[in-house]
Amino acid sequence: MTSAIRIRDLKKTYSDGFEALKGIDLTVEDGDFFALLGPNGAGKSTTIGILCSLVNKTSGSVNIFDTDIDIDFAKAKSYLGIVPQEVNFSVFEKPWQIVQQQAGYYGLEGSVAAERTELYLRKLGLWEKRDSISRTLSGGQKRRLMIARALIHQPRVLILDEPTAGVDIEIRRTMWDFLKQINEQGTTIVLTTHYLEEAENMCRNIAIIDHGSVVHDSSMRALLRGLKTETYVLDVECEAVALAPELHWRNRDACSIEIDVPKGEALNDTFSRLKQQGIKVTSMRNKSNRLEQLFLGLVDDNTSSSSEITGETDK
Amino acid sequence: MSFNKPLNWIALKTLTTKEVVRFTRIWQQTILPPVITTTLYFIIFGNLIGPRIGKMGGFDYMDFIVPGLILMAVITNSYANVASSFFSAKFQSSIEELLVTPTANITILLGYIAGGVARGIMVGVVVTLVSLFFSKLQIYNLTVLVSIIILTSTLFALGGFTNALFAKKFDDISIVPTFILTPFTYLGGVFYSIKLLPDVWQTVSHLNPVLYMINAFRYGFLGVSDISLWTSYTIIIGFIIALFLINLRLISTGYGLRS
Ligand SMILES: Nc1ncnc2c1ncn2[C@@H]1O[C@H](COP(=O)(O)OP(=O)(O)OP(=O)(O)O)[C@@H](O)[C@H]1O
Ligand SMILES: [Mg+2]
Repeated sequence: MTSAIRIRDLKKTYSDGFEALKGIDLTVEDGDFFALLGPNGAGKSTTIGILCSLVNKTSGSVNIFDTDIDIDFAKAKSYLGIVPQEVNFSVFEKPWQIVQQQAGYYGLEGSVAAERTELYLRKLGLWEKRDSISRTLSGGQKRRLMIARALIHQPRVLILDEPTAGVDIEIRRTMWDFLKQINEQGTTIVLTTHYLEEAENMCRNIAIIDHGSVVHDSSMRALLRGLKTETYVLDVECEAVALAPELHWRNRDACSIEIDVPKGEALNDTFSRLKQQGIKVTSMRNKSNRLEQLFLGLVDDNTSSSSEITGETDK
Repeated sequence: MSFNKPLNWIALKTLTTKEVVRFTRIWQQTILPPVITTTLYFIIFGNLIGPRIGKMGGFDYMDFIVPGLILMAVITNSYANVASSFFSAKFQSSIEELLVTPTANITILLGYIAGGVARGIMVGVVVTLVSLFFSKLQIYNLTVLVSIIILTSTLFALGGFTNALFAKKFDDISIVPTFILTPFTYLGGVFYSIKLLPDVWQTVSHLNPVLYMINAFRYGFLGVSDISLWTSYTIIIGFIIALFLINLRLISTGYGLRS
């Protein structure tokens, strides 16, 4: 079976001499749900740009299904739907125009183009807005418009560059469900994100790039298995608490603490020790930063952007 | 690289329609201004000053300048349409939505050119209609008129495309019109027959490609020209081929479009 995307030794040096990709290898299988992670400036958008011809590669090879982009880029591009990181439609046009024109660029016209335009504008909740000038759409609506536009030719692979940046949690959830659904129907999905929760919840495979190199590439499960500790957040009765040091605890605020529990250790031990100290736990939750810990271990510690990536996700 | 004919044909139609819709939507900025400017020319040069000038090239001054004024509007508008539409597509990044599709480079070029030609012709027709109020235009050779208007607007649409490819900011798309297009058209024999000029300046005028277009176009109305018709056609078509190839080459290398 041919892979959906096969990237080998891909390098990109921009005209100013900056080496954005230093020879990356990536394979995305047909039907996969694939996460591409990495701090700001890692080279994610550059990689996507090369796949869709917006960036000229310096060297290396890219195959989309059976097609090498050096041999038949037009055919390779016909397999892809691209949702870019930044808004890139004409803000003076209306959503239906934008989507229907895109159909035309893929060779669809007339009633097929019109029906698909309606179908995807409805699916993305934009049908009511079809006649508004796109400039007046909200950030989340603009993003959904770009998803509708990317799906118009029913691509085999949908690539989304930070689709949920700046999108509220409710819409993010609906977007996740939507993406899961089209993935189940057979569309291969590749997404970049800074919300690690998103990658953890949705993606089967994950690659992490940093400074233009792949630093990790495996299944999500294998990656998480590598974790040595779990972190829990405990709400406690609001009293100054002093815990035994061996508990690896941190005060979050006066009424809650964080505890790292080594993997495999029963929670009972932790609780009995808390009890010994007279601390009353009122509630507890898992801090879903498991991927974040790993991530930070994998990418350079001095990456200036790590704070953005470790923004808490347990809210 | 495979060239999918049906796909590219539909893409071309789509892009051309988009371009036509764009300039008709903003007709107050695209169609109306040239009509006002040309009407002023007709009034001032034709009606007020013209009778004092007398005959030019054997015709009433008004009748002499009308063809040049129409073509001047065609030139400016076909150029401006592509330069501003294509540049703003670059500027807004909306050109990316086209670049990521299988649409071929030549189709993209042709679509923008078609939009420029459509605007050139539309403005040309409207200005011609207006001119009927001021002069008793007669058509000497319709084939020449139609072919010259199409070729000229194609040529300047191509020029607008090149300009937009090189442009980095909005100012860059007004430099060429101001410093090249305007002087070339004004000195291209819109308002006078070059036979009035001293020999040296007649020779220099022959280096101006716009001269050939205006004279050929004037021939279509009046049946007179300072230049042989075939020279005009050769030169215009030569420029079109050259600019077309340059543009195509630039897009395929990704100049100004792909990083
Ligand atoms: N056109 C360009 N010219 C020069 N350098 C560029 C260009 N585009 C991107 N870069 C540089 O290449 C590096 C990778 O950029 P890229 O956009 O691929 O990062 P990214 O992983 O998508 O980051 P983010 O998460 O912030 O979107 C960055 O250092 C960036 O400054
Ligand atoms: Mg990016």
